[in-house]
Amino acid sequence: MTHETKILKDANNRQLNITREFSAPVEKVWKAWTEAELLDKWWAPKPWKTVTKSLDFKVGGFWLYCMAGPNGDKAWCRVDFTAITPGKSFDATAGFCDENGNADKSFPPMYWHNVFSATATGSKVDIELSFDNEADMAQIVGMGFKEGFTMGLGNLDELLASQ
Amino acid sequence: MFDSRGLKPLAFKIKRWNGSDLAAKKNENKFVQLIDCAYICNQSVANNMRRDIYQAIADPTRRAILTLLAVHAMTPNALAEHFNSTRQAVSKHIQILAECEAVSQKQNGREIYYHVNANKMKEIDKWLDTFRKMWEDRFNQLDDLLSDL
Repeated sequence: MTHETKILKDANNRQLNITREFSAPVEKVWKAWTEAELLDKWWAPKPWKTVTKSLDFKVGGFWLYCMAGPNGDKAWCRVDFTAITPGKSFDATAGFCDENGNADKSFPPMYWHNVFSATATGSKVDIELSFDNEADMAQIVGMGFKEGFTMGLGNLDELLASQ
Repeated sequence: MFDSRGLKPLAFKIKRWNGSDLAAKKNENKFVQLIDCAYICNQSVANNMRRDIYQAIADPTRRAILTLLAVHAMTPNALAEHFNSTRQAVSKHIQILAECEAVSQKQNGREIYYHVNANKMKEIDKWLDTFRKMWEDRFNQLDDLLSDL
């Protein structure tokens, strides 16, 4: 059974709301979002792979990982946990960095507020992605577009390999 | 999340294709030509990326200009009257909007009128589709993982 991914943009252009239901119980979904070995298996959209360098899931701790592309290019990301209610929700600040976790200030931070809840058929995750201002969101928006472009090239890789 | 460095694979691929072309044909001149071509392609990609629709909407003044132009076409002077900044500053914003292709101009007698390029503005919606696709891929992978846990 496939579930619909709902994405809404708020009126002032500073926030995106993403909602998705899962057939699995909320405990499992929580684990998949908070444990490195599980995150590495799903977080990166193909053909990218997530490789976690470290993850300290507690307030004040952070997740340091890279998105590794098919050509060996890497983008390092750091997610700092700012609030955690075990099994229910967590807040974090996400941004780009180098492989040692030093923030790349040329990219704006993105704030996550992720809420996990049980439903009659499984569970639901509500993600609020917010930005400091509209310009920051526009920059990330632009990256999203370029990201799609990169992913298109990734698919091309598969096509080429299959011929 | 990825960054704008995502352009790299394109440069890499063009070079690699040229490389295999060279191996197949062993034609030195052709190789040089192709590398030049790859360079030009990359430059043109880089130039296009320098002015994209997101730059048009990244600035509050430019968004205000687009909002005004959405109602009806206006001359630069008429636009400038709505802002406290100098006419030159408004002109600069209009120029960036034109480079982003968010607006286009029409000559009417001695006056130049600017209007919104609606097709270009639709790219922003396209982005949201790309963003949704990325999350869908991600969540489908999570579905698979969850069924194995």
